[in-house]
Amino acid sequence: MTVHIPTPLRPYAGKEAAIDVPAATVGEALSRLVERHPDLRRHLYGEEGKLRSFVNVYLNDEDVRYLQREATPVKEGDALSIVPSIAGGR
Amino acid sequence: MLRIDPAAYEELRRHGEEAYPHESCGVLLGRVEDDEARVAAALVRCANGRTDTPENRYHIDPKDLLRIQRQGRERGQDIVGFYHSHPDHPARPSGTDLAEAHWLGCSYVITRVARGRAEATASFVLAGGNEQEKRFLDEEIQMVPP
Repeated sequence: MTVHIPTPLRPYAGKEAAIDVPAATVGEALSRLVERHPDLRRHLYGEEGKLRSFVNVYLNDEDVRYLQREATPVKEGDALSIVPSIAGGR
Repeated sequence: MLRIDPAAYEELRRHGEEAYPHESCGVLLGRVEDDEARVAAALVRCANGRTDTPENRYHIDPKDLLRIQRQGRERGQDIVGFYHSHPDHPARPSGTDLAEAHWLGCSYVITRVARGRAEATASFVLAGGNEQEKRFLDEEIQMVPP
């Protein structure tokens, strides 16, 4: 499957915009990704090893939080997108 | 440095005026140049998801970001920054702006809108290599016609 890397994380992912990884689940895809690019780990995961709250992960058009999170099965041709959140205010 | 199409610059200021007294927000699409300047060639308006306190908070639905990211990819553009307005408040990042900023290396443009009129517009790059070190640095805005 293909993992789409957002602009701020590309410096930690070999400057790639998209990376193909073999995986059966969302969690496996993310694990393969950080195995290949270890610098990504601290950007995606907190100290307790959980995905950071501001890191949204979409399987195709669905937020994986509303699927089976990291246990969500994936198939060849699926796209996983990492989308950090955007918010703020005065 | 942020290089921006003057039409996009005017558009983000206009959006701030139209949204007043609420905060406006949106995405800048373009590319990052070799000197790390961000070139914003297009702008996409977004709805402010903070319907509870839109006068002093903004939030862009990640689903909108996903769609914009995809649109950009089809046009050979990336998300290079974001903009929002500060109704009756300075064009400087607030503590909330920094706490909720996670796009390292991207531009955050802020427009002060006073009594419905866009005043100062300033841009800040989210610098630092991680969440602990992140900080906003002032950056120059250069108008570059397409």
